[in-house]
Amino acid sequence: MDFGFILSQSLTQAIGVTAIIYCIAAIGLNIQFGYGGLLNFGQVAFVAVGAYAVGVTVVEVGSSLWLGVAFAVIIAIGLALLLGIPTLRLRADYLAIVTIAASEILRFLAKSADFLGGSQGVTGSIGTEFYDLNPLPEWDRFELGPLSFSRVDMWLVMTGWTFIAIMTLLTWLLMRSPWGRMVKGIREDEDAVRSLGKNTYLRKLQVLMLGGVFAAFAGVFSAVSKGSVQPDGFVPDFTFFLYVMLILGGTARVAGPLLGAAIFWFLLVFVEQVLKEGVANDVITFISVTQIGPIRFILVGIGLMLLMIFRPQGILGDRKELMLDAR
Amino acid sequence: MHQRSRRPTRWLGSGFLALLFALIPVMGFASPAQADELELTVAVIDGERAGIPDAAINITGPDGFTADIVTDGEGLAVIAVPTESTFTLTLDEGTITEGVQGDNPREVSVLTRDKRVIFTIGGDGGGGGGGGITFDRVAQLLVGGIVLSIIIALSALGLSLIFGTTGLTNFAHGELLTLGAFTALVLNTTFGINIIIAGPLAIVLSAALWGWGQNQFLWKPLRRRGTGLIAAMIVSIGLAITIRYLIVFFFGGAPQSFEQFAGQTPIDLGIVFVTPKELIMSVIAIIVLTISVLWLKNSRLGKATRAVSDNPALASASGVNVERVISVVWVLGASLAALSGVFLGLTQNVVWTMGQFLLLTFFAAVVLGGLGTIGGAIVGSFVVGITVQLSTLIVPTELKTAAALFLMIILLLVRPQGLLGRRERVG
Amino acid sequence: MPAEAPLANAAVAALAELTPEPGVAKPDPILRVDSVVRQFGGLRAVDVSHLEVQRGAITALIGPNGAGKSTFFNVISGFDTSDDGSWTYNDEAITNRAPNKLARQGLVRTFQLTKSLSRLSVLDNMLLGAGGQTGESIFPSIFKFTWAKQESQNTKRAMELLGRFNLAQKSADFAGSLSGGQRKLLEMARALMLNPQLVMLDEPMAGVNPALKQSLLDHIRDIREEGTTVMFVEHDMDMVRDVSDWVVVMAQGAIISEGTPGSVMQDQRVIDAYLGAHHDSALTESGQGLTTEEDPA
Repeated sequence: MDFGFILSQSLTQAIGVTAIIYCIAAIGLNIQFGYGGLLNFGQVAFVAVGAYAVGVTVVEVGSSLWLGVAFAVIIAIGLALLLGIPTLRLRADYLAIVTIAASEILRFLAKSADFLGGSQGVTGSIGTEFYDLNPLPEWDRFELGPLSFSRVDMWLVMTGWTFIAIMTLLTWLLMRSPWGRMVKGIREDEDAVRSLGKNTYLRKLQVLMLGGVFAAFAGVFSAVSKGSVQPDGFVPDFTFFLYVMLILGGTARVAGPLLGAAIFWFLLVFVEQVLKEGVANDVITFISVTQIGPIRFILVGIGLMLLMIFRPQGILGDRKELMLDAR
Repeated sequence: MHQRSRRPTRWLGSGFLALLFALIPVMGFASPAQADELELTVAVIDGERAGIPDAAINITGPDGFTADIVTDGEGLAVIAVPTESTFTLTLDEGTITEGVQGDNPREVSVLTRDKRVIFTIGGDGGGGGGGGITFDRVAQLLVGGIVLSIIIALSALGLSLIFGTTGLTNFAHGELLTLGAFTALVLNTTFGINIIIAGPLAIVLSAALWGWGQNQFLWKPLRRRGTGLIAAMIVSIGLAITIRYLIVFFFGGAPQSFEQFAGQTPIDLGIVFVTPKELIMSVIAIIVLTISVLWLKNSRLGKATRAVSDNPALASASGVNVERVISVVWVLGASLAALSGVFLGLTQNVVWTMGQFLLLTFFAAVVLGGLGTIGGAIVGSFVVGITVQLSTLIVPTELKTAAALFLMIILLLVRPQGLLGRRERVG
Repeated sequence: MPAEAPLANAAVAALAELTPEPGVAKPDPILRVDSVVRQFGGLRAVDVSHLEVQRGAITALIGPNGAGKSTFFNVISGFDTSDDGSWTYNDEAITNRAPNKLARQGLVRTFQLTKSLSRLSVLDNMLLGAGGQTGESIFPSIFKFTWAKQESQNTKRAMELLGRFNLAQKSADFAGSLSGGQRKLLEMARALMLNPQLVMLDEPMAGVNPALKQSLLDHIRDIREEGTTVMFVEHDMDMVRDVSDWVVVMAQGAIISEGTPGSVMQDQRVIDAYLGAHHDSALTESGQGLTTEEDPA
């Protein structure tokens, strides 16, 4: 088995485009769930909104990508208001059910709406304007130690992580402020914060919007990098994977989503590659190639359970702090 | 504060998974040749449900798949499609005499082995939005809705009871249904037991393994540890993912059927068509539901169950063994879910996503009816099941589940306590 | 602490003059409640026809389990909605007004089960109580210079209050690590961050160890001395006798008696109500039979 190859593949994925997409959405989820305690199980809906906004604006309407990004933000805010205004007054578990239901409704709608490309989705050169900005020299490959990226991927990875850095800084700034204190207070006990004269409802809406806009950016990044928007990419499992990453990295930690997304994708690809190599070289004989896919997800599921049970604070968290959690 | 609980948790890793893996040898053999192709049956009928022969249909799908078929003397045409996906069916209007009701071309998701698509031609005008609302159609959809409602109700009742007694929002409840169906499938196809016996046997096994076992080796230790409700909810998501992909691992992703009663000709009841298996299963399910509800209302243990749902601390103080009640609820929940799994497997297919697809409708039913109430879960199930089917009169078929979810959201806003729930006290 | 407390003294003197009967008018009411009803299904949890709360005094609200005291508190403070009735605060109608608005107007409450924010530090708990913070708006919050000065002023005030409540050395700890009694103290101190006019304490003594009780009582008296009106729900009869200027008794949702602590404890209706609910305990026994946890009614 070529462990050098396996490792470089896994590392590439750990900082690659997919990890970036999930990471950005997870930063948004961290604000909602980690800091604000909002059980948003429909984060994927915001990702879908972002992806469709740019996809439709560029491919179907033939307009500018940047206009699409603006639409992505506006529609994400609209969706947050639509979901939040009625449900944020309800119990926490209702929000979970309503958001997951809303994300499925949106996916079904997208699949049946012609102007959204039906079940085929939208395909086209969504990111041309973005790729035109690429200042990198016209080399074939960009080698970074064990990692290797194409010119386009290199550009995506650079901008992606720069964007993540900005989002992370913003999260940090917000969470050290009195606004962040109130948001964390709402997570602990909303009634207590209300009894202190604070409008918690408004802050919860803001939190839902902010996290939703971040997720929409993830959708934009996804559409631009893949050049297509597929409705069946936006299944509830997407959101659940975000929770795995967030909990793995550490909820309510600014760097939690970064670490979580990187490690998640590293492990996922590592396991897949080891199994593939093993099967190909007859080292592993008891499974077939088609069974490798499910194994990855079995490990994700078991990983989520074990994490939640034995290390709910994740990698960065403080166990003592979490033990105080009454939820 | 959770120190004393180290020992039970050790069970968790070994115990529950050992249980799961204990079935692996069995499942290994069960994995049949997965060559079963997905079959798509197209029926072209007129307003009086008579088959139209010689109608030409073009089918296109992903990866450049394309095929042309022509209906036989009974108006039927069958085609094998390569993958689970969405296909576009175009009925050549040059080969028929009257216009088509509903969409043409029509997009169809083929996810089960014997997907049926019906093109109705003529009738009232044809080509209209949702295919026209006729009495026959409403009646037929209503029948489908009731069958679906019963499947939902069986699972939703368990979901509601588990929520009521433990507070767990169980995202792995759909997998109880799936596991029930697959347990029956193993007994049926691997051990060659007729489904009439394999079904009840699977329900007993499910009650023991997936109900009692799951509670005993996963949820009970977690409760002892003092795991919070949100943490438990996330654990249930992990469990759902694990179970689903374990099933794919051992059985593959293709839909399968039980060996008996796979294809049944519907019988004509005048206004509606029903297959005999649907009739019999519905009767069985209604009897089971009635017994369950009566038992919950009248038996000592049933009353204890409701007492625990109401106020666990108070119930415990009045001498109710809360853990025993929870155990019983899990056993009941798993058996009911397994029954709905067998039912669904008989009427449609056995596939790893069967429970996952329905999970949100369970939630919708439970929330609609009022979280934690017994009658509510059943009423909610019928509202959801019938809404799903009848909504196809107005909206495209792809949106039928969306319609039920939308109904749930609207009701939550208007009446958060659900149809039968009571207003909650604060503080 | 002011040595002289004119408002409190005047209030106590005024109350001594009143006829002890349900719904009696007070000379200077801060809170006035009319025909408030709260129903749960068929159960009338609260059915209060008229109640006035005297400004500057300490008013105790007592009654047997399930009398509707906490529900009444919840309704008045905006955490529950009434089915009928109206109430005013400082002569302003505040019927079913949101709790956060009431708190900003100086009507602040605490909870029977303490709501300290576990995973926030003790100091952050206090700072959350401060009103009018620029940094609590989302955009200014990003720029520290817009709120740094205000924050340091609030911190100073919070530390003073924490010092008074003997919590200063705990300021950096998570609130969740405090003992039950310390949480009650923190909640009371936090309420004072809002400069309240009326403080509603829901069972301030529940779960507090005896060593801390005396200090809690002193704090409640201090609050009154500073001119703040106090209303509290309590089961501990010692406390009711020690600290309250006026006692209101509820049973089955309604007010059955009002008066000074001495007069109320001799009221036959009160004794009957308690005996009806607790066959084994008399009101005059040092409260042992009356300190049981109330169910959340």
